[in-house]
Amino acid sequence: MQSFKAAATTNPDMFCHSSFFLRGDDCNSRNQTRFPDLGELDHPAAAFHHDDAFDLSPSSIFSLKSNNVGVVANTLHYGALNTSIGATAIVSSGTGCLDTGQFMYQKGATFGASLGNGHIENWADSGLADNSQQTDTSTDVDTDHKNQLHGVQLGAVMVDSVDQSKSKSGDQKTLRRLAQNREAARKSRLRKKAYVQQLESSRLRLTELEQELQRARQQGIFIASGLSGDHGHTVAGNAALAFDMEYGRWLDEHQRLINDLRSAVNSHMGDNELCILVGGVMAHYDEVFRLKSIGAKADVFHMLSGMWKTPAERCFMWLGGFRSSELLKILGNHLEPLTDQQLMGICNLQQSSQQAEDALSQGMEALQQSLVDTLSSASLGPSASGNVADYMGQMAIAMGKLATLENFLHQADLLRQQTLQQMHRILTTRQAARALLVFSDYTSRLRALSSLWLARPRN
Amino acid sequence: MGMGMGSDPMERLVKLASESAVVIFSVSSCCMCHAVKRLFCGMGVNPAVYELDQDPRGKELERALMRLLGNSQAVPVVFIGGKLIGSMDRVMASHINGTLVPLLKEAGALWL
Repeated sequence: MQSFKAAATTNPDMFCHSSFFLRGDDCNSRNQTRFPDLGELDHPAAAFHHDDAFDLSPSSIFSLKSNNVGVVANTLHYGALNTSIGATAIVSSGTGCLDTGQFMYQKGATFGASLGNGHIENWADSGLADNSQQTDTSTDVDTDHKNQLHGVQLGAVMVDSVDQSKSKSGDQKTLRRLAQNREAARKSRLRKKAYVQQLESSRLRLTELEQELQRARQQGIFIASGLSGDHGHTVAGNAALAFDMEYGRWLDEHQRLINDLRSAVNSHMGDNELCILVGGVMAHYDEVFRLKSIGAKADVFHMLSGMWKTPAERCFMWLGGFRSSELLKILGNHLEPLTDQQLMGICNLQQSSQQAEDALSQGMEALQQSLVDTLSSASLGPSASGNVADYMGQMAIAMGKLATLENFLHQADLLRQQTLQQMHRILTTRQAARALLVFSDYTSRLRALSSLWLARPRN
Repeated sequence: MGMGMGSDPMERLVKLASESAVVIFSVSSCCMCHAVKRLFCGMGVNPAVYELDQDPRGKELERALMRLLGNSQAVPVVFIGGKLIGSMDRVMASHINGTLVPLLKEAGALWL
């Protein structure tokens, strides 16, 4: 950076900067012949051969506006001087930066490093990083900061001068140390803040990605089977995909409705209006049952597999959905206070939904047993080789049994729908609102649990 | 199974349906029928079950039931107190909304 020496003398403002850059060098021994293009100082892009050419006018570095954009724009100006540096600096610091404080921090570090001078790196770090303070501190800091930077500049000059004269004492050194300590502390607080923000957004991004991955995985499975050329698979795969997409949209809309309901309940909205919101959520539940019905007709195994749910939900699923008997257990004490009549209604509902569930479960067991009997019948064994008619006959029977799966899934969904509706009938508007919120929160937490589980650190 | 010779299947149905408090028309290999039977047994009700695949004129009855319900599934069909309740979905809906138990009590199929 010796090249700036001669330039410095023509511009008093630049003296500080150049001396900083020249720290450790002997300021007085520059050979002017090394700076052939001084006349072109106004056109820095053409001026310097050295990679680290900068426009060091104070307006560019130290224009401490409260918006970092101003500073960034000026630093981009550096990039124009030497596009390789500018590009790499911007690119390398561009990723994952949430607030410009971090951006500036990294940018400063990059610039510092590229200058190949440890002192400059520190300066760039502290100076540029502190610029970000402008965004979240008061304007008082502005002036304070300016003073500090100027202190740093002075300090830089002083460091050079100390070599030449001992008139300024350790007083200035102490001040400078204190200033640097404050800057370092500020820098580290900023780093921490940026890190936390990154973690938060990464966490959100993680759950998003997991959901995408799950959907993509299902798509992948069905696209793969579709590629095998089997038309049947493709049709089923498309149906599964179609359902998954519709369900995803349904979930988003459901969350929106639930959020509206929640704010309505928290803001103590009147019953008349609350009733409408509750009715909206209930109607939206009807919609999911309609979607499931369409999905089941197209691909009953996909619906029963629960691949459209998160893992934890899937694990505790019953016949393609939630257990209606569990709904009331989840609501538990949240419904209180209940009138005697309501209490009786809820108890009856609990019992009847449990009984219906048991009946359907037993029906499913009978179905499975029946299928085992059919597929393991003697006519299908090795001794029956060649008896194609028998085989086809048994397969036809098995096919018929499989067809009843759709009916069972349908009945299970009806049971869920009716349990919700009966609950809505028994409860008051406000109680129903609370019940819907509780149930929705439970499902959300189960889904979140799935994400956490998938993201857990493994040893 | 009491059957009049040559009687209209629909008439037979009605007659059979009124002979017991709870009557279920079923097919022995039908799993949904099994579920309906389990539902009533679980409630402590003892229904009269007619397995149509074991009835020589069962096919006629099945067709009559299909006409009665207006759908392609003949079984299971439930009658309580001689009145048609319907298939599994209607039985379940009625149980959930609390109307099934009073009906059963009224027909004498359930006691407190």
